[in-house]
This record gives sequence, structure tokens and C-alpha cells, in this order.
Amino acid sequence: MLVPIEWIKDYVNIDGIEPDEYCPKMIMSGSNLDTYEYFGKEIENVVIGKTLLVEKHPNADKLSVCQVDVGREKPVQIVTGAPNVAENAYFPVALDGSRIPGPLHGKPKEEGGTVLHSTEFRGVKSEGMFCSCGELGFDDKVVPVAVKEGIWRLEGEYTPGENIIDALGLNSYCIDFEITPNRPDCLAMLGMARETAATFSKKVNYPDTSSKALGGGNATDYLSVEIKRPDLCPRYTARVIKDVVIKQSPWWLQKRLMFAGMRPINNIVDITNFVMLEYGQPLHAFDIRTVAGNKIVVNTASKGDIFRTLDNKERELDDDILMINDAEKPIGIAGIMGGLNSEIEVDTNTIVLESANFFCDNIRSSSKKLGLRTEASSRYEKGIDPNLCEVAANRVCHLIELIGAGTVVPGAIDVYPNKVEAQAYPVRVSRMNAINGIDLSREEMVCILERLEMEVAGEGDIMLVKPPTVRRDLSIEVDFAEEIARIYGYDKLPDTTPKMNTVSEISQSWRLRQITRQCMSAMGANEIQTYSFVSPKSVANIRVPEGSWEYNMLKLLNPLGEDTSAMRTVLTPNMLEVLGRNYSRNISAVRAYEIGNVFKPDPSDMDHTLPQESLSMSIGLYGKDEDFFTLKGMIEDLFEMLGIEGAEFVRESDYATYHPGRCARIYVGGIYLGIMGEIHPEVAELYGLSVRCYSAELLFAEMEKLSNIEKIYHPIPKFPALERDIAVVVDEETEVNEIKKAAAEAGGELLDSIELFDIYRGAQVGDGKKSLAFSLSYRSYERTLSDEEVQEDHARILKVLAERYNAVLREV
Amino acid sequence: MQDELKKLLEEARAAIPAIASMEEADSVRVRYLGKKSKLTEILRSMGKLSHEEKKSLGQAANQAREEIETLLNDKMKDIKVKMMDDKLNRERVDITEPGRRTVIGTPHIITITLEEISDVFRSMGYSVVEGSEVDTVYYNFDALNAPKAHPSRDMTDTFYFSEDVLLRTQTSPMQVRIMENTTPPIKAVVPGRCFRCDAPDATHSPMFHQVEGIVVDEGITMADLKGTLATFAKLMFGPDTKIKFRPHHFPFTEPSGEVDVSCFKCGGKGCSMCKGSGWIEILGCGMIHPNVLKAGGIDPEKYSGFAFGMGAERIALLKHEIDDIRLLYENDMRFINQFK
Repeated sequence: MLVPIEWIKDYVNIDGIEPDEYCPKMIMSGSNLDTYEYFGKEIENVVIGKTLLVEKHPNADKLSVCQVDVGREKPVQIVTGAPNVAENAYFPVALDGSRIPGPLHGKPKEEGGTVLHSTEFRGVKSEGMFCSCGELGFDDKVVPVAVKEGIWRLEGEYTPGENIIDALGLNSYCIDFEITPNRPDCLAMLGMARETAATFSKKVNYPDTSSKALGGGNATDYLSVEIKRPDLCPRYTARVIKDVVIKQSPWWLQKRLMFAGMRPINNIVDITNFVMLEYGQPLHAFDIRTVAGNKIVVNTASKGDIFRTLDNKERELDDDILMINDAEKPIGIAGIMGGLNSEIEVDTNTIVLESANFFCDNIRSSSKKLGLRTEASSRYEKGIDPNLCEVAANRVCHLIELIGAGTVVPGAIDVYPNKVEAQAYPVRVSRMNAINGIDLSREEMVCILERLEMEVAGEGDIMLVKPPTVRRDLSIEVDFAEEIARIYGYDKLPDTTPKMNTVSEISQSWRLRQITRQCMSAMGANEIQTYSFVSPKSVANIRVPEGSWEYNMLKLLNPLGEDTSAMRTVLTPNMLEVLGRNYSRNISAVRAYEIGNVFKPDPSDMDHTLPQESLSMSIGLYGKDEDFFTLKGMIEDLFEMLGIEGAEFVRESDYATYHPGRCARIYVGGIYLGIMGEIHPEVAELYGLSVRCYSAELLFAEMEKLSNIEKIYHPIPKFPALERDIAVVVDEETEVNEIKKAAAEAGGELLDSIELFDIYRGAQVGDGKKSLAFSLSYRSYERTLSDEEVQEDHARILKVLAERYNAVLREV
Repeated sequence: MQDELKKLLEEARAAIPAIASMEEADSVRVRYLGKKSKLTEILRSMGKLSHEEKKSLGQAANQAREEIETLLNDKMKDIKVKMMDDKLNRERVDITEPGRRTVIGTPHIITITLEEISDVFRSMGYSVVEGSEVDTVYYNFDALNAPKAHPSRDMTDTFYFSEDVLLRTQTSPMQVRIMENTTPPIKAVVPGRCFRCDAPDATHSPMFHQVEGIVVDEGITMADLKGTLATFAKLMFGPDTKIKFRPHHFPFTEPSGEVDVSCFKCGGKGCSMCKGSGWIEILGCGMIHPNVLKAGGIDPEKYSGFAFGMGAERIALLKHEIDDIRLLYENDMRFINQFK
């Protein structure tokens, strides 16, 4: 909320407290703010000018030549194109060499402002420039209605030549406070004055709400009020003002509004806005001529009713929306916006001033339903103290008399069936200290609470604390602990730490993810993180077989878009998207992985039970050095790091995501761990990848179960192994694993390992054949083996391979 | 014979310095000391000589052999040294050629940040606990004392699957779940993904990460919270980091606060990163509201506790001067590679 410091000074004496003291102290007492801003900065040598003579420019239809009194011996000559220039009026004049914040009409704003110089317009000298409100640094949205177009014609009398900053009182600053939702009372100058007073140990001087009320008769002669829904309208107060003269507000009133971010419109509207900003109580004025039967009835609308609001838009209502009606028709949507049919007109003589209280939740939901949020509704929806209705209405009356905008009729209509009284809450001194970790005396606490305008009774450990009714946020004991702590000062709390003995634990899953990331980093893979929600089409995009469980996705009711509307069941589509994006950005090679949750809905009751969330892992690669086996090797290395033994890669030739000849499912002891392979070129194409790419989707949660990271030492062999290399020629279709398995089975106890070290295809072995070279290692842990000892085993292996696979031994 | 020996020695003395290689050295050795050498011949022919002659010639011959051997050995040593020098000289490389490097990958910057934060709290005795991304309205709002009409519950703010099930908007639902499952003392951090209906732009992401912290025991105070976060700030952002602990409001804590740390870029002088204030807001916190303790099955008269929550993206962006949050989830390798 924008708070002009001058306005606060109306109620609290903080003279001598500069912004660099005021702001940090307010922050520390709970009113946070980013910055404060000076008006008047970047304004130099701009003065009051009074137009003495305005003549047509001899050579230009749209320009005027003005003789302007700027307090010098002779008037200065200024050429202007402003349509609203007039004689004997006051305007801000930027003289030669002056600086204004800008932006100049039709130009971008310059850093540090714009410097102006004398110039010539079509042969006529111009020694200065009349300024618009915007050119002097005011935001478009606060420029008074009367001077929205053209230059800034000033209200009132001024001394020509006086510096504009002094003449208008622009040398002041304004603070943008961040008001938390629990403190709607601070959306008012008086609320911030209370905070200021509490922070600096001062008293608030509340504004004058008295009025002479010379209108005669009584407001009740003009109007009666009936509340049909006291649950939605706890209070309705109205006053009547007659002989209203609608005109511009005096500058002091306009300035308050402009500094606080509101546009001056006319005296009556400005006063209601002023009091709304002052007390936080929205007020609404309407023409009594439009109130049929001189009666106000507060009641909900009927479903389907149509109502035209002040902004000339038709609104469709329902039976929860609260309306202000007269005897015949609705004249306003309660707490949100008045009706076009009761708007104040130029010839309005008598107005009804409404100062009412409406139930916050109802206003919030109505405002949302109507798609109509106003200054008033945004205040009502946060909750307002009903005790403000009367005092705010009286303050309006006071100001109307003060600026001569009308004659106040004595008396008020005030329907307030259940008066809200201040309540006392029991608060323990000991508890306050126990929560805050400090040791304040009862007296110190009472002093703090009284600074916050709370009354304290009770004795001993018990304080009976009665906060003012505007403080609707205080209802339980701990609420007062915060009040005491913030005024005492959070910065004065000691720095202690909990005195407890705990041991830090992490889950096995957390640990295994750490190991996995280390391993993947070592293998040159980068971790990616992608959204948990995906396009529901993503599963089909990677051509998961129709009807497969992956299609059963949990869907958001209110996604940002189709692309992020369903919870992912697999990670591969996101991986391919990332590979595609990198490829399109000319990144020649990528190794990437992701570890993240996938979501399986509980089909029996998706609306009430949570889905099963489990960790999955994707790996994706492309680049000139990558192939099926680099990916397979990474998975094997990862499994080794995680202590997952006995992984089997089983050919899968019928899963459309992958190349039919280059895909494997991975099992350990019959448990499925995932799938890997070269992405089918058509799928790759869909993701913009016109390069071979490889991808795996691993069930990380299953891997966790099979992982064993306990390392047990195995003695290093004392005796050397006996190495025998063989090369066998087999049919191309024969798989390496078959040979290995057969050899291992046939090999006997001494065969320690059998590893493939070369594959040869070519003329020497013939078409459809390949030569597989294995290194066989025989080993005994008791002795050094001799050739003779392994001869028999070795021969048996060769025999089995020859019999089963027609393998022919080839000279190595 | 003596003359011959002398001549032989002279010859050898002249020949040895001219040796240029080990091969030559070998042939010189054979020539002067080998079985067919003159010296051997002389020694063999000594049988015919008298005892005295034998003795003096033998001595002279041995002396000659020793001298030749020494000369040869020295020469060979020299040659070896020279050969080694030559070899090493030939093997000189251009050390400005680029090194052959292994490609090393890196975890994602958000993972790095979450681990850094978690590790700091682990060093202070906090356990790491994780929760689910999909949770219920009860745990995400009701149990956390969020007012029924709180705007954050709106469908414009929170992603829903049904009236009861949503994507968690914060890691705070784990506060109540942890309390339900643990008897105090409780001391845990919860890193994890959260979601809010924010269309992605430079400063917003519909998915982000938080780290929640929760401590519950007898006698836990606001001062404990303040001291804990001051320690965290120093461990996370450096020993000179200052904190500003100021009042704020959250429905699930009372009293509540926010913590600013002195700007890590300018150290508090004021710069573009801290918008001139010298301070950067990094987390929200407070004493766990009695209603939340009750929801977790904990007696608020016996126990008290504090909780805090911070955004990992915010910390990562500020710490590494990343100017657009979308970069985090685009996963451009040129971005990720910068955090090795």
C-alpha cells in the first residue's frame, strides 16, 4: 500500500525522523517495504506561471503564444500546443535549463530526467514549457480527471515564480508497504499511523469527525434502511448531504489521493476515497432521487437477474450476490460497485452516503463470480471492522463541510443488530517468554501491548488483553506472542539453537541417488530436471503400445495448458524432448539422465486417494561416439556402482519406441528393471532428432530394492591365472551371450571368467559368419595351474561350442 | 713383450675416447680384452717366460687390462648418459598442446542447491525426509491452518486433480505428516518439488523446489529459530553473512518471520541484485501454530516447535546470477555444463 509520509504525520508526530531511520524500524516492527520514493526528485527550476495573455500563433493553427508571469520583471513568452491553455490561470512552467522527470509527450522516459531549453516554434521564440502532470513525474493513473488531457492547470491561487516543489509541497516521500493478509486494518493510513505510533512509542491523534450538520431535519426523514441478510451485512450506516456542489477538490486533497495512487475525480468522490484510504472503510454515494420509496433494502439477488454497474457493463447475478435495492429495484452490488442508475450527476442536489459492512467471504466469492474487483471489494473481502462505519461516515461529513461541498443533514441511519465489542483474551506472561525465548517482565509486556492500543487487565501471570476491534487478527494466545516479539524487536532475540540430541539420517533412496549422480557424472552424463506434468499425448508420441498402463495418467482439472496437463507415467518423452531441443541448438553430442517421480493413479478412487509415486530414471544419448553399447555399458557400470548383480539383457524386438533390432529389456533374477535401446528413427524424427539416439527408462525404485552397497572384501588371488584366448567362427545370428553361457557351463570349476575381446566380420570368415574372440581365465586359489590341468576343461568347452553352435576354432 | 703391451695400451688409450656408441664400445672391448685379443695372446704366451719375467709381465698385463677396462667402463657410462640425454631431448613435447580430457557430467543446479541446503542442515543434526508431489487438500491447506477462503486455495493458484487431491504448493504438508509419524524430538528437512499456477516467465515457474525444515521438542523458542537460521546463513552463504530476521505472516506459524541475508553480490552495500537494499529475502519461518501441532497429534502445551521453508530456485538464481528461471527447465547442455 502506498503511504505518503505527510499523511502519517497528520496523525503521529514523527518530526525529525528521517526515512533512513523510519523505514528500517517499520520493517523490523512488521511493516515490510521494498523502497521509498521521493516526489520532486528530478524537478529543477520549474516554477508557477500565470498566463497573462494567450494569442494565436501567427504561423500555426494549433499553437498558442502566451505571455506568462513567472515572477520576473517582464513576462516570458511561451509557445504551447495544449488545448486547455487559458488566460489568468496557473500552470507549472519549466524555464530554460530546467529539468523535469518526463517522459516528454510521445518520447521515452530518460534516466535522471530531461533538461529543457528555450527554442523556437515556427519563427516564434518560446522561453519555457508548460508541464503536464505526467511530465512532472506523476503516473497516468493518478492524473486528475480535469487535467488528463493537456497541461496541468492548477487549482487555487499561487504566487507566480514560486518554485513548484514548494508551491505544491512535492518535496515528500512515499512508501510502498507490503501488507500481509492478516492485517487488513493496515490498508488504511490510520492503520499505518497506529503501527508508526507503536514503533516509535507515540500516540495517534485521530482525525476530527465532528460536523455542524446545518442541513435541518434528520437523515431518517429522507431514508429508511432494512437489512434482510444480517449474516451478509452486519451493519449499514447512511448519512444524507444536501445542496451538494460538485467541483474540483482543493489541491491538498488531490495531492493526498495522487500520492496514495488514486486519481482525483470530483470533490464528493475524492472525499469518499480519501476517507476510505484514511480508515480503510469503503464508502459509496448515490443520488437520493434515484432511491424509489426512500428506502434501502439489503438483500441477495435472484439467479439470472441482470444489473448494469457504474462502468456501464451488464452483470449477471445469482442468489448469493448481495444487492443494495430501493423499494423497487437494485441500485448497487453491495461492497463491489454501484449501479449506473443511481450515479451522481452534475445536477445532483442530495446524496445518500453509504458506509456499510459486508461479510468478507461473500464479497470475495461474488467479486470472483462477477470478475469484478474494485478498491471497495478488495477491502471488504479481507474483512473490515463494522465499528468503522459510523466514524468514517462522520468523517466524510466533516470534510464536506470543510471544503464546502454540501450541507450535512443531522442524524444518521444506522442498522447494526449485533454490535461487535472489544474482547479480552487471557495471555500468560510465562508463555510469552517461553515462546519467544526471552525474559520480559509483565510490566514490559504491558507497555508493549499498550503501545498497540490494547487494554491490559488481570494480574500475576495472567494478562487479560483487549485489542481494539480493528485488530481482527488476534484471537489466541500465540498471536500476542508475535505482537510482543515484533515490538520488542526480533533483532533483539538471542541467537540460540535447540538443545536436543538428534542424529542426521537419510533414506537409502537419497543415498543411492547420490551414488547414481556421482556415477553418471563420472561417465560424462549431465542431470536434467523436467516438469512432472506433461502432455497426455506424450505417451502416444513415443508409441507406447495402445492400452498399456502408461496411458492411465492423473489429469489436472486446471492445467496451464494441454502440454502440462497430465502427470507423467514415464520419463522418456521428456528426455527425448530435451535431446531434441539440444540437437536443434546444434549441440553435437549429449549424455543426459533424469531421476524423477512418475505417477500411477489408483484406478479405484482417483478423486480421493493419492497416486502411487515412484522414482524412475531415464538416460538419453546422441553423438558420433554413441551406440547401443555405450548406453548398455553405462547401465552396466551404474549397476556395478549400485551393487546390482546379475543383470540380464533380453532382446525386445516388438516395442515401437525403439529400433526393433536394437532394444533390450533388463532383468535381474526375473525382476524387471527397465528397457533400453536405440530410439526408433520415426520416433526420433518426431522430436526433431535426425540423428541416432539412445535412451533407457529404468525403474529406479526397483533398482533400489536390488541394490547392495555393502562392500565385502574378497582376497586378492595369490596365484596367477592361466589365460587362454580362443577365437570361434559362428553364424551371425548366434549371440555372444549364448556362447558365453555355454562356455561358462561347460568350463568347470577352474574357469574363472570368460570375456569377449574382439569381433571380426569379413572375408576371412565368410558371409553370414563372425569370429568371436574370447579370453578365458582359469584360476585356482590354492596353486599355480599348469597347462595340463586346464587342458581337459578347455577342450570340453571347445567341444560344446562346436556341437551346439557349430563353432569353428580359428587361429588367433 | 713389454713393448708390445705398452703399444697395445697406447693404442687402446687412443681408441677408447673415439668410441661413439655402445656397439663400438663392445667391439673395442673384444679387440683389446676379448679371447682373441692381443692382450690374451700375450698372457697365453707367458708360459715360456721365467718366473720373474712372468711376474712382471703379468703385473703389467693386469694393469693394462684394468686401465683399459676402467677407461671403457667410464666411456660406456658417458655414452649411456649421452644416449639418455639424446632420447629425452628427442621426446620433448609442445606442452601448449591441449590436454586429453575425460568428459565429466554434473548434477542439475537445482539438485546441487537442494543437496547443499540439506547438507548444511545435516551437519546440524537434521534428517532428510521426502514427501509426495501429489497430496491432499487436508495436508496442504486444512491441517496447516490455512483459512478456508484463503486465496492460495483458488484454482487460479493451486493445481487440482479433484476437490480433495492437488499438487502440493509447498513442502509444508510434510510438517503434519512427519509429526503424525514421529514422537518428538523431531528435527528434519524436506527438500522437494512444489507447484503453483504461474505461467512460466523470467521469474516464475509452475514447478519449483523448496526445502522445508521442522523442529519439535519441549522448550523450542523463537530465539532457537533465529539462532538456527543465522547459523544456516553463515554455513550456506559464507561466514561474513549477516541476517535480518523480521516479522511476517503465515497461517501455519505464529509468531512468523522472514529472513533476509546480506546480499551475496555486494555484501550489503546495495546493488542491482538486492535492488539497492543490501538485503535478499531467502526464507519464511515461524513457531509452528498450535493448530498445526494439534493436527500432527502433538500437544501444544507440552511441545513447541519451529518450521521454515525456502525456495531452491530463488537461492540458485541469486547465488549463480542466473537471470531467467526458465533456463533451469530447458536443460540446454551449455547451461547445465556451467555448474560442473
